[in-house]
Amino acid sequence: MKEILPPKQRIKIPRADMPEQDAAARIHNFLEVNRGLEEAVAKHEAQRCLICNDPKCIAGCPVGVKIRDFVELILDGQYLKAAAKIREDNVLPAVTGRVCPQEHQCEGACVMRKRATPLAIGYLERFVADYERAAGKIGIPERAPLTGKKVAVIGSGPAGLSCAGDLSLRGHTVTVFEALHEIGGVLIYGIPEFRLPKDIVRQEVDNLRHMGVEFVPNTLIGKTIGIDELLETEGFDAVFIATGAGLPRFLNIPGEQLGGVYSANEFLTRVNLMHAYEHGVHDEPVYDCRAKTVVVVGGGNTAMDSVRSAKRLGASRAIIVYRRGLEEMPARAEEFHHAQAEGVEFMTLTNPVEFLGDEHGYLQGMVGARMQLGEPDASGRRSVSLVPGSEFTMPVDVAIIAVGTRANPLIQASAPDLKTNRWGYIEVEKQSLRTSKRGIFAGGDIVSGAATVILAMGAGRNAAANIHAYLATGQW
Amino acid sequence: MFSITDARVIGPEVKRFEIHAPRIAVKQGPGQFVILRLHEHGERIPLTIAGSDPARGTITLVVQGIGKTTRLLNQMEAGDVIRDLVGPLGKPSEIERYGHAVVVGGGVGTAIALPVARALKKAGNRVSAIVGARTAGLLILLDEMRAASHSLHIMTDDGSAGDQGFVTGRLEELIAGPEPVDHVMAIGPLPMMAAVAEVTRSYEIKTIVSLNPIMVDGTGMCGGCRVLVGGETRFACVDGPEFDAHAVDFRNLAQRNSVYRDQERRSLSEFEAHPESDLIQMHHNCRLAHLAHLAAHHAAS
Repeated sequence: MKEILPPKQRIKIPRADMPEQDAAARIHNFLEVNRGLEEAVAKHEAQRCLICNDPKCIAGCPVGVKIRDFVELILDGQYLKAAAKIREDNVLPAVTGRVCPQEHQCEGACVMRKRATPLAIGYLERFVADYERAAGKIGIPERAPLTGKKVAVIGSGPAGLSCAGDLSLRGHTVTVFEALHEIGGVLIYGIPEFRLPKDIVRQEVDNLRHMGVEFVPNTLIGKTIGIDELLETEGFDAVFIATGAGLPRFLNIPGEQLGGVYSANEFLTRVNLMHAYEHGVHDEPVYDCRAKTVVVVGGGNTAMDSVRSAKRLGASRAIIVYRRGLEEMPARAEEFHHAQAEGVEFMTLTNPVEFLGDEHGYLQGMVGARMQLGEPDASGRRSVSLVPGSEFTMPVDVAIIAVGTRANPLIQASAPDLKTNRWGYIEVEKQSLRTSKRGIFAGGDIVSGAATVILAMGAGRNAAANIHAYLATGQW
Repeated sequence: MFSITDARVIGPEVKRFEIHAPRIAVKQGPGQFVILRLHEHGERIPLTIAGSDPARGTITLVVQGIGKTTRLLNQMEAGDVIRDLVGPLGKPSEIERYGHAVVVGGGVGTAIALPVARALKKAGNRVSAIVGARTAGLLILLDEMRAASHSLHIMTDDGSAGDQGFVTGRLEELIAGPEPVDHVMAIGPLPMMAAVAEVTRSYEIKTIVSLNPIMVDGTGMCGGCRVLVGGETRFACVDGPEFDAHAVDFRNLAQRNSVYRDQERRSLSEFEAHPESDLIQMHHNCRLAHLAHLAAHHAAS
């Protein structure tokens, strides 16, 4: 039986807090920080939903999860059905429940936000996904009869996984090619264990296997198999390129070649994919951060992941250096709060201008400068400029550059007739996600530039719908 | 999983492997490399491909046992399997008809120089090969290199084989000789490649080197393999691994390659003391049986 309170009472219920591992303990381990809601708490939180006739939250979700429906199922105590309801639109609920920037999406659109605090949609999504996993009864939607059509998906990150899941459900035979040895893309190499346990990613990938998706690791499309070969000799009817953003950006300042200076991609890949935090058991090393000063340059989620990883690797000081202010920082609010609680220091309105090394080529210091904010530019972001004469020097042992990525040229180099824009990202028709080559679609970061997991998943879904239509009609 | 179909020792701690990897065997060109991971807990290491047999679906790797992973790999025999292998990575060598091309191979670098020499010869170049090593026992693939070139010059530091001296000395002689040198390709230890670059710089002879920086993914994603070329940051995995020797900052590369020296030493000594935990991961039963036998023998005495 649903116990639904009148709206006035529902608004009075305070939003549930996410239980978390104590900050003093968690900076010494890589275990997940957020522990998830208890059943009673989740059910209580679900009571806060106003069950709007015109739910704004769904419009705020890049993949259109039927949020009101799944919350109602929670109220009914039908958690498995709630999870299955999410799965209709989102193949990775245990992942997105953990890493989505809900405050800018579903929760940002929630009507409760104006009067009190928004419904904790992310926490509820995670609750039902975890409940389903613990129960071992994954609500895999029914697959349509096989169409006999084959689709190749290049890249096993969020865009690729989401597209593969949708196409498989529609009855197509889907093969996902991955260059690395493990499936999951950024979910595996990028996002740390303490924010997204890898067992959860593996479970979600296994669910996709059960949905009929085939995964082929250790295969770099463009090198191991040419992109044209997929269509011409490998028998695929359509291709979806979801290779992600790719190459890390550097600051192009003196000293960036020193030992101890990393891109965030490299640092996180060593720590996450290669388990450098368990060095001794795993072979891949990472620069020893114990009792060291580690500086992370940037203010996004990747920067937060890097600085919190460094803290856990034993850094005595783990510092975010960001050229704008706290207000402008693009990281999720939760990541910032977690980092703060873990003792991460924030040097805002600061930018490095040079890294200093010792005679062996190891990093030992940084010349920083103060920055000032100017007027907003065309994109609405405030410009920054260096405060003349504000340079200062500080000792630094490890520096991690987390200032974004640029397009990986590999695919394009192997298919020169694939149109890209002046930044190297693949050009697609906005609605259909079609590239300049027949049968080839693209989406996610390799089209948009670096964005979020859920936006990539949205692109994957959209691509799946368009590929399905193309396979049905053969019309290009 | 990638099976080893043949494994032979060709020098001290140097082994030649044929590995079943049909897609790579078809696609690889001279100068390209693979990244492999031996087992579930292994590191990813790049190794340049020394050749392939597309009909059999195999690639050739020549491995010098220096660190833990290469020493463990060199314990493997035909029938063993490598967990992960991806490639061919990087750009193939630029092979043109230059005229007189000199290919310089130092130590195990000779294995990588070999397919380049073959390709240059096939493209109609007159190929002089210079191979060098500290001493005769460290020279590898001499017959193959002789067949891949028009003239083979063998140099050893101690004169125990070929002529005594460095490869750079012979290179100077060739440049001063009757047939002008149009193109140089050098593959070997960093100091050797840097020295070759210094020799050819003043003669303005186009010189290419194959770089071996530390890598993780090999697809451009991590930037760990960045090298300074002409003052600019380039990624060896996607922009290389071959670069203009006269523009490469060898000192910076040497420094970057030594960043994990302490961890690498520790890993190696732990492996040498207790190889069994890694051999178990490789499911290397015969070696394990051998070790158990040795241990029992040791206990009995």
